[in-house]
Amino acid sequence: MSQVVRGRGRTGFIAGFLLAPLALYLTFVIWPYVQTFGYSFTNWTGQSPTFDFVGVDNYSALMKDEVFRGALWNNLLLLVFVPAVTILLALFFAFMVNAGGRGGAGGVQGVAGSRFYKIVYFFPQVLSLAILAVLFGAVYRTDEGGLLNGVLIRLGIVDRMHPIEWLNEPRLVLWCLLLVVVWHGVGFYLVLFSAAMQSVPKDIYEAALLDGAGRAQTFFRVTLPLLWDSVQTSAVYLGIAAMDMFVLVSTMTSGQFGGGPDHHSEVMATVLMRNFLYFGKSGYACAMGVVMLVLTMILSVITLRATRRERIEF
Amino acid sequence: MTTVIKAPGESAAERSGGAGPSGEQSAGRSEGMVLNVFSHGFLVLWAVLIVLPLIWLALGSFKTDAQIGGSALSWPSNWNLDAFGRAWDKGIGDYFANTLIVMVFSVPLTMLLGSMAAYVLARYPFPGNRFVYYFFVSGAMFPVFLALVPLFFMVKRFDMLNTYQGLILVYVAYSMPFTVFFMHSFFRTLPTAVHEAAVIDGASDTRIFFQVMVPMAKPGLISVGIFNVLGQWNQYILPSVLMQPQTGSDPERYLLTQGLIQLQQQQGYETDLPVLFAGVTIAMIPMLVVYLSFQRQIQAGLTSATLK
Repeated sequence: MSQVVRGRGRTGFIAGFLLAPLALYLTFVIWPYVQTFGYSFTNWTGQSPTFDFVGVDNYSALMKDEVFRGALWNNLLLLVFVPAVTILLALFFAFMVNAGGRGGAGGVQGVAGSRFYKIVYFFPQVLSLAILAVLFGAVYRTDEGGLLNGVLIRLGIVDRMHPIEWLNEPRLVLWCLLLVVVWHGVGFYLVLFSAAMQSVPKDIYEAALLDGAGRAQTFFRVTLPLLWDSVQTSAVYLGIAAMDMFVLVSTMTSGQFGGGPDHHSEVMATVLMRNFLYFGKSGYACAMGVVMLVLTMILSVITLRATRRERIEF
Repeated sequence: MTTVIKAPGESAAERSGGAGPSGEQSAGRSEGMVLNVFSHGFLVLWAVLIVLPLIWLALGSFKTDAQIGGSALSWPSNWNLDAFGRAWDKGIGDYFANTLIVMVFSVPLTMLLGSMAAYVLARYPFPGNRFVYYFFVSGAMFPVFLALVPLFFMVKRFDMLNTYQGLILVYVAYSMPFTVFFMHSFFRTLPTAVHEAAVIDGASDTRIFFQVMVPMAKPGLISVGIFNVLGQWNQYILPSVLMQPQTGSDPERYLLTQGLIQLQQQQGYETDLPVLFAGVTIAMIPMLVVYLSFQRQIQAGLTSATLK
């Protein structure tokens, strides 16, 4: 900072401006996170003010908890598939939108109407998860009134008497939820990748074209490496989202805080909330929180490491 | 649609192909056309997959309950706004108002406190500056519900469960990481010369912030503002834990997202699905309007924030 600005003592000003934001943030964000750690070593019920220190009992109980292990497994499945499917689709559409219109001429041009596609695709992003839950609850209805069953019955693929029980079918339920997440997310990542693609100088593409690179080659050898940073960031974001999933599972699937049928759509967040609000096992729920927190951090680090490449400056 | 849109791209290709197209070029051009049709095919398909369910749901507000249970592909027979009126009476109106009340305070407060912190952190070197900055920003890493259990009791201790002010403070606190992060990078890009001129003119730090910096940071503030509006409007977990009537006599202060889920659960027993669909449509319309009016800023704001 410049000389003029550094001049007088401005400790009072700095403190005054930081005081309220820091106080709020510490009270409602940081302190609860810290407390989660503390409570995870107690048998606190949440209702009574007293509790005992039980060491790592909660954590060892977690290891044996079948429901939690199932939930962990489901989270891991989502963790692989949510980013993979979303990023692949988003990259595909982004490439179509930005380079699909290249008509053999030099340079790359977007398809006509690319602006329109971006507007439409992005819209789900501004809808609340509650709206998604109601919308897809209706789409996945188990009778002919559901959009999916209705269409499939009309096409003659599904028998009118035996419509598919999307969210009640143990083998399907998780994938139905996955589709909702993908439907919601693709537009955002499309726009993200488009922005990254457009920041790539045109002459790089022209050079590749002059060297006789085809479309696929251009994509894999030029576009993708240049986008790697954004792909990596997206993977982390989507990974964190896949660790959560609370709203969709708890509102769309059967059971107290969702997770049904028979725990087939259980995720860690729903098990946590059920233990906290329904069973009153707050200390135990906090231990789950800590496990999730640690997993989330490990995953972010792994994703960032595993996908690290030479950073390309342009 | 495909054929109409293809025309300009095609002619542009022809023009730039120039005189005497070699075999290679024309092969490229026809490949381009095939790809154009191909890409439009997929692009249109996905656009339909986005739009169709939304329209289908909105149309459901004009169906009868029996029709909704009957066939998904039936055309609405009941072209009146009854269901919307019933949804409004069922509480959607109140939930809507509750959400607005909270946001009228939470969004400006978020912006004010967030930019104050970001400004000081961005432009005033002091010991621990980096630490405080990372401290603020790290909050964005963790899912909200990890802190839910203690947060619930924290708010309870302040006697602010099921109150607007409680939720407002929590919203502001949880919006802080992103707001500080975004505004921090914005304040750093503002020129120092203006600041120095103001100092020489004898303006105080506080005055410089409000009268020089905030007006200059307006584009950034708009981006973050929209983001916070979207984020807080769509918040579900925080209100569903903090805005529950604590006793039987407590007033119901549900927010819109909570209200929708509640309505959905009720419909399981009451079988008035048009009301549910109308409720969702009502909740969707403001977002559609905000989105269409600000879509450039929304897309630019969210992408630049994520990419940094």
